[in-house]
Amino acid sequence: MRRILVLAWTEVLHVVRDRATLAQALLIPLVQLLVLANAATFEIRDTPTYVVDQDHTNASRGLVTRFAASGNFTIVGASPSPEAANERLLAGDVTMVLTIPRDFERDLVRTRAATVQLVVNAEKGMAAGIVQFYASRILVRYAEEIAPTLGTLAASTGSDRPPQRGVAQLDVRTRAWFNPTLDYRHYMVPGILVALVTLIGTLLTAQNIAREKELGTLEQLNVTPITRGQFIAGKLLPFWVLGMFELSAGLLLGRVVFGVPVLGSPFLLLGVSAIYLVAALGIGLWISTIVETQQQAMFVTFFVMMIYLLMSGLFTPIDSMPRWVQIVAELNPVRHFVAISRAVLVKGATFREIQQPLLILVVFAAVVFTLAVRQYSKRTA
Amino acid sequence: MSAFTGLLRKEWLHILRDRRTLFVVIFMPILQVVLFGYAIRTDISGIRLAFVDPSPDASSIELRNRFAATDAFRLVRVLPNAGTLDRLFASGAIQQAVILDDDFANRLARGLPARVLVVADASEPNSGSAMQSYAVAVIQGFQRELAARGGGVQIFAESRMRFNPTQASSNLFVPGLIAFVLTIISALMTAISLTREKETGTMEILLVSPLKPLEIIVGKVLAYVVIGFVSVLLVVAEARLVFSVPLRGSLLLLLGEGLLYILTSLSLGILISSRTSSQRVAMIGALAGTMLPTILLSGFIFPIESMPWPLRLIANIVPAKWFVIIARGVMLKGVGLDYLWRETLILLVMTTLLVAAATRSFRIRLA
Amino acid sequence: MTGKPSSVAIEAHELTRNFGSFTAVDHITFDVGVGEVFGFLGANGAGKTTAIRILTGLLAPTSGTARVAGHDVYTESERIKRRIGYMSQKFSLYEDLTVGENIRLYGGIYDLTREQVRERAASMLARLGLEQAVGTQVRALPLGWRQKLAFSVALLHAPSIVFLDEPTSGVDPITRRQFWELIYEAAARDTTVFVTTHYMDEAEYCDRISIMVSGRIEALGTPAELKERFGVGTIDELFVRLARPTAGATS
Repeated sequence: MRRILVLAWTEVLHVVRDRATLAQALLIPLVQLLVLANAATFEIRDTPTYVVDQDHTNASRGLVTRFAASGNFTIVGASPSPEAANERLLAGDVTMVLTIPRDFERDLVRTRAATVQLVVNAEKGMAAGIVQFYASRILVRYAEEIAPTLGTLAASTGSDRPPQRGVAQLDVRTRAWFNPTLDYRHYMVPGILVALVTLIGTLLTAQNIAREKELGTLEQLNVTPITRGQFIAGKLLPFWVLGMFELSAGLLLGRVVFGVPVLGSPFLLLGVSAIYLVAALGIGLWISTIVETQQQAMFVTFFVMMIYLLMSGLFTPIDSMPRWVQIVAELNPVRHFVAISRAVLVKGATFREIQQPLLILVVFAAVVFTLAVRQYSKRTA
Repeated sequence: MSAFTGLLRKEWLHILRDRRTLFVVIFMPILQVVLFGYAIRTDISGIRLAFVDPSPDASSIELRNRFAATDAFRLVRVLPNAGTLDRLFASGAIQQAVILDDDFANRLARGLPARVLVVADASEPNSGSAMQSYAVAVIQGFQRELAARGGGVQIFAESRMRFNPTQASSNLFVPGLIAFVLTIISALMTAISLTREKETGTMEILLVSPLKPLEIIVGKVLAYVVIGFVSVLLVVAEARLVFSVPLRGSLLLLLGEGLLYILTSLSLGILISSRTSSQRVAMIGALAGTMLPTILLSGFIFPIESMPWPLRLIANIVPAKWFVIIARGVMLKGVGLDYLWRETLILLVMTTLLVAAATRSFRIRLA
Repeated sequence: MTGKPSSVAIEAHELTRNFGSFTAVDHITFDVGVGEVFGFLGANGAGKTTAIRILTGLLAPTSGTARVAGHDVYTESERIKRRIGYMSQKFSLYEDLTVGENIRLYGGIYDLTREQVRERAASMLARLGLEQAVGTQVRALPLGWRQKLAFSVALLHAPSIVFLDEPTSGVDPITRRQFWELIYEAAARDTTVFVTTHYMDEAEYCDRISIMVSGRIEALGTPAELKERFGVGTIDELFVRLARPTAGATS
């Protein structure tokens, strides 16, 4: 209705004239996206490693060389002393300590098996596990590599010759389905974009109405014949448009700067975005009906958004969460939207494949909006 | 009662009477510790796996059983060929697939390389790499078994995860969480509080009072220092009680460094609020300038070493980064100032600079 | 239920509003005729604003009855809003919008056609001498102009009753006089004007007045009647006399 448009237009004027907020609302998501998309990864590179080689044989030196040459590890120090290694670990200089014990080569020749010690700084979390994985892979490869040469070694050290037999070998290859380049940014960009737009959009919506309450301008509108639904629609519309614009601009940016693929239909994604924004902004709206000041609006919104973002699968996979948390996460619109956008962009999912989360989003949006409208009262009881 | 004490009292009353904000500020850290403890896990388990075995035999079944036996995996499909994999991946029914070659058993028996292809849904590359590493580890276990039977060479690794042997996620996040909580309280609340006075016009009243600008800042901000302190205590206590997060170093040192960090964040908050008189602008400015960098660039969740070098550089000016190092050092490693003096010094310098800038800015804008 | 065609614009009977244990509006009874200029007087905190908020449908009453423009305050508050205009104490027009934008906003909300908005805006601005100010942001206008403008905007949709809450606060005497001229013009067009003020001299401008003290109406009638009845020369004196017995309770 005309009332909605008139109110929405007024809101637009307000925002446009508030230069600082406008700049923030437009720039922050996009700039932060550029910067932060690069931050969100657990990949490891150049793991600083300290070597304690207590064997000093060809075999041990060979192993160290393999590590150095692997590209994943950087040897930053070596010594025969475990204490020095420990110091470095404590100081945080090294992430892994490789200790090769004294009878390494001898054990290999005699028993065809030997043990080394890996101490990993587990402060790094998931990265620590990956470091360990790479290290053990190097060990396996090295073992296969030196197997044929052990005979020579045996001869040089005068030990028994090991039996030779055809050894069963496995050739393990890995491939990534979707995202073959494993570029973490393809994965994070949609997610971070959603997070930022949601945060700012919901925040602005909640704060906006809280501000009107604080200033008393809300009263002036409550005295007019405008209905609750019209008022809310009029208030939400400009932020909805802003959100759509930011999402689209962000996706374009993601495509151009990061090469994020758009395997699925962009129109499908935009359609889902439209619904999602109603849900997200509706939350902001509902929050504004339960607070009195802008400060409260900000904190409550922030509180709620934090929970949503942490349980959205953005930073940590939902599959890792305990069952009960996963169930709660089903109620999280951010989670579903992130899942849908990743599915559509990176996996090329079609409408059929996203039906379930989409349905949840639609229901959520409808419920939140209705609740907010109900909650909003033009008359104080 | 002197003017200063009066100001302190007023701030306290403001805070105590604003029950909603108080509730959020106190309850949020508590809830977040729980969330982080239970929900935010980077460990992967129950990976939905499809095993594609065109010609099953004793060894391929043995490999399959190995997968089925580990908690990390949940074998949801055993398939004779890879035809349906696309659809299963796209709908999310499976996250990973182990695909054996057609004549796997044959080649294995003859000592020829037998191909195993491990495919993971890498639309989530962080967990994608981890999933791959888990799968390959299982296969390597199998490989070792084969090698041992066949007389091949094996090198074992005895691994120790130092400072966090259980690799409990909560241990890692709690130090960062402290930084996060402190940032919210210090930077955000201060920024809002100061601009609110400006917006409502009561700031002018404060300025024409006998209070000096420095007194005004300190008076307004002291209450938040106390709240921040209390929050840290709450978070640490909760983390220890509920999740048994260790505190191997000195609690006193931790609290002292916490205080330092509170001052750093406060100065940042004051600086931000001195640039604007609108609450809305201060709010988003504080969010973008303190919150987001703290979450993403402090090493809180994502390790800094994994980031490209420009970001690693930027991370150096994020105070939270240094505090996270300190907090982790004290809690997980149990080290003291002898190892942490560098980071502490950096925080001190940052704080001094920020306080100077904030006071100067405050004086110029308003006086 | 249609309102009965009557010459009464507002009527209240034993209207009461409590906030917890505090009674802001205490069983007030009065009525206002169509086209009357009714002065709702009282000190700050006497309950005037609360009463207005009830009559304009912003606040629900605790007990008692009231009808505005023939509609019941309890059940038909939305209908009431179509027929009334309101100028609040705290706020009148959006400061960061221009004069024209404010007018178009309210015109749109009250469902006036573009034609109507244009015509009425033109005549309104002409009357105020503000034709040049259409594109000026409201915050750039001096307070007196703003108040007069706000009043005119409140009348844009030709309501039958207009509520004014302390419209002349903080405004210089000349502007106050001009404001009252506008009020008279409106009344002459059969618009009922319900105005609250704590300037007792403005009471003389009204057709009838009531004086609220601590939530109760202690005096009701034309200024002349009341001055005679209480034996005072000015309404100011009357007010002081009424307020004195309960001095200390009003604040």
